[in-house]
Amino acid sequence: MKASLCFVSLAIPKVRQPKSFSQICRSLCTLSPNKFAARKRSFHRGTILCSTKSMEQVSQVGKKRDGDLIRGKVFVVGDNIDTDQIIPAEFLTLVPSVPEEYEKLGSYALFGLPEKEYPIRFVEKDQLHTNYRIIVAGHNFGCGSSREHAPIALGAAGAVAVVAKSYARIFFRNCSATGELYPWESKEYLVDHFHTGQEAEIDFRRNIIRNLVSNKEFELEPLGDVLPVVDAGGLFEYARKSGMIARSKE
Amino acid sequence: MGDCILLSSQAKVTCSSSMMAFSQSQFSGILFTRKLLVSQNMLLRKQNIATTGLTRQRLFSTCPKRKRKDSLVTTASVASPATTSRPFSSAVHVVQQPMTLTEKILAKAANRPFVKPGENIWVNVDVLMTHDVCGPGTIGIFKREFGENAKVWDPEKVVIIPDHYIFTADERANRNVDILRQFAREQNIKYFYDITDRQNFLKNPDYKGVCHIALAQEGHTRPGEVLFGTDSHTCNAGAFGMFATGIGNTDAGFILGTGKLLIKVPATMKFVFHGDMPDYLLAKDLILQVIGDISVSGATYRTLEFSGDVISQLSMEERQTLCNMAIEAGGKNAVIPCDATTRQYLENKTQRPYEVFQTDSNASFYSNREYITHQLEPVVAKPHSPDNRDLAKNCSNVKVDRVYIGSCTGGKTEDFIAAARILKDRTVKIPTFLVPATRQVYDDIHRLSIGGRTLVQIFQDAGCIGPAPPSCAACLGGPKDTFARINEPLVCVSTTNRNFPGRMGSKDGQVYLASPYTAAATALTGYVTDPRQVYDFSKEHRSAYSLVDSAS
Repeated sequence: MKASLCFVSLAIPKVRQPKSFSQICRSLCTLSPNKFAARKRSFHRGTILCSTKSMEQVSQVGKKRDGDLIRGKVFVVGDNIDTDQIIPAEFLTLVPSVPEEYEKLGSYALFGLPEKEYPIRFVEKDQLHTNYRIIVAGHNFGCGSSREHAPIALGAAGAVAVVAKSYARIFFRNCSATGELYPWESKEYLVDHFHTGQEAEIDFRRNIIRNLVSNKEFELEPLGDVLPVVDAGGLFEYARKSGMIARSKE
Repeated sequence: MGDCILLSSQAKVTCSSSMMAFSQSQFSGILFTRKLLVSQNMLLRKQNIATTGLTRQRLFSTCPKRKRKDSLVTTASVASPATTSRPFSSAVHVVQQPMTLTEKILAKAANRPFVKPGENIWVNVDVLMTHDVCGPGTIGIFKREFGENAKVWDPEKVVIIPDHYIFTADERANRNVDILRQFAREQNIKYFYDITDRQNFLKNPDYKGVCHIALAQEGHTRPGEVLFGTDSHTCNAGAFGMFATGIGNTDAGFILGTGKLLIKVPATMKFVFHGDMPDYLLAKDLILQVIGDISVSGATYRTLEFSGDVISQLSMEERQTLCNMAIEAGGKNAVIPCDATTRQYLENKTQRPYEVFQTDSNASFYSNREYITHQLEPVVAKPHSPDNRDLAKNCSNVKVDRVYIGSCTGGKTEDFIAAARILKDRTVKIPTFLVPATRQVYDDIHRLSIGGRTLVQIFQDAGCIGPAPPSCAACLGGPKDTFARINEPLVCVSTTNRNFPGRMGSKDGQVYLASPYTAAATALTGYVTDPRQVYDFSKEHRSAYSLVDSAS
């Protein structure tokens, strides 16, 4: 599963390339898979990045659910889980708009949780993805930095929803801006009602989360206008789908 | 549900009716392409014939001409519906409705006479700041959404400051600075504070250091304006009586293309500091006091407005320390009204005219908290949360492994003057790392002197490590080879802003947040120390610059 990278360091691009290459290897920009097929290794003068994968291959944004129920194992964390615990600063050199690095960010999701308190890891060693689709948290989830890497890391790892008692402002906004996570708010403090590894189900129609082990249901605050934005795949996709901006990117 | 709610009531309507709704309401920031312009124009024609002429003209005047067949959407032009663009006058505000300082700034930025907390408004952005950690991702989103050849909305309003991971051998970190440079060249970004020679940062005339302090020192923080930054401590600039807050990459990418952003107007929490500032206190003690009182989520979605006799006596750097940590209480922004001190600081830094707003005396606040300042004592925030406050003197049994003085919060010139005041003619017992926030601070440390010894001599005499090249350094851990990063489970007293697990590196490290006085006092004893125990402070408050030799 190791991503093969083809970064062109600044030292290499002495190799002269035809001008048209600038259209081929767009810095920091993803290419659709069919476009890319013919250009597996493209080097571009002056551009720093090339991608061998497309964003569609690595990201589930815009396809986070296909019905009103999402089901999966929960990962339970406490209060004030800050962005340094969600994605430690040493991994912020990864640029989320580059597919390989996006994928890599996912492998470090919640890496900063202290092992003593969280012996079970959210993403197992040497894995890119998590076994837990739902994160149950207490107060003020996502506090700290404004880094968008935080919701992206969780989403890239395969998480679909967070159910927290409350959120930090920027993290909450980044969830919908990126379309990476459904940021549900629970009416009750749920940390004591779930254990990591238990199966749970979120009902988007009834706004509830059910613990499938204890079979208890808990009410959630409606997502409101955030729901269609995450459904669409983030701020820009939503704006496009709702006609605020032109539908086609090109 | 907070200010994330974009595009509020139009969530489920169809394309055409949503356009109508936006035209009629306050929507004024939308991305138009040629296709959309046509439909918008049609709608407007149907809707309001009288204003259509004007709007059409405006729309088409900003419509990009297609030069090449394959060109992508190149320009995001923004048109204000004619019905909502009213001339702005601050006099209108006072007459119509009482507002707080933050509300007035946002009303101006939204071209409205009045806004109230909870409203979702589109604001025009005066400055967008980004750095090497979030800049590349922001640029990626901008290019993906607006096209490879798109131009930023205003190259003079984008400020790019590499500062986080600079002096490291980490290839990706170095590459990220290269991405910024390429983008700045391509877009003719006027304010890009580049670094190319990492071996000797002094050889980089443009390099500044930590973005929030560089913004202030370079005159990008102007009262009455709206500043967004891809960094949570952007709220630092609220010290200048402006609206400043941190945003994510996607929002920043949107601003790069349009110059606008949809935000929710925050309610204002008022904090008044009465009385006199004791000599042993610094702004860091005040903000740790506040955060301890209201908790790390106590100001979520809200503004912190600081005022009172003590605040008006504080220097601009101390005011920045206060505003900087608003985010640690969950705040959206912090503000301190512009006064003579602000104007004096900005005098030679910016030529641009700025508008000064004041909170109306009858404005309404979410809450009001008052402090008798001379009753406060030096405090620390214990691990692992900035609101885990305790008196420094209560922690005197905590053995400390190292001290760190640096960052946007605690690495300014006055922070080093404060540290030098305590450390002069003494020797530190534990490793004490110094990281000036910016080049200016670095130069000040070499220039300013106390009792005939420059600050750098005082620090060297005391046995401190540094000053290191200016950057964010170990405040947020960073790559493994970062200066002063905590790579083992150490106890650190730090003048920085966060102490969540792993913030400065090791997950098992323990960080105590403290003022430069407390940090320096701790360095002398090896235990968390109230500065009054090692230094004989004056009866009256001494400002930082009254402590240094006048000739310097």
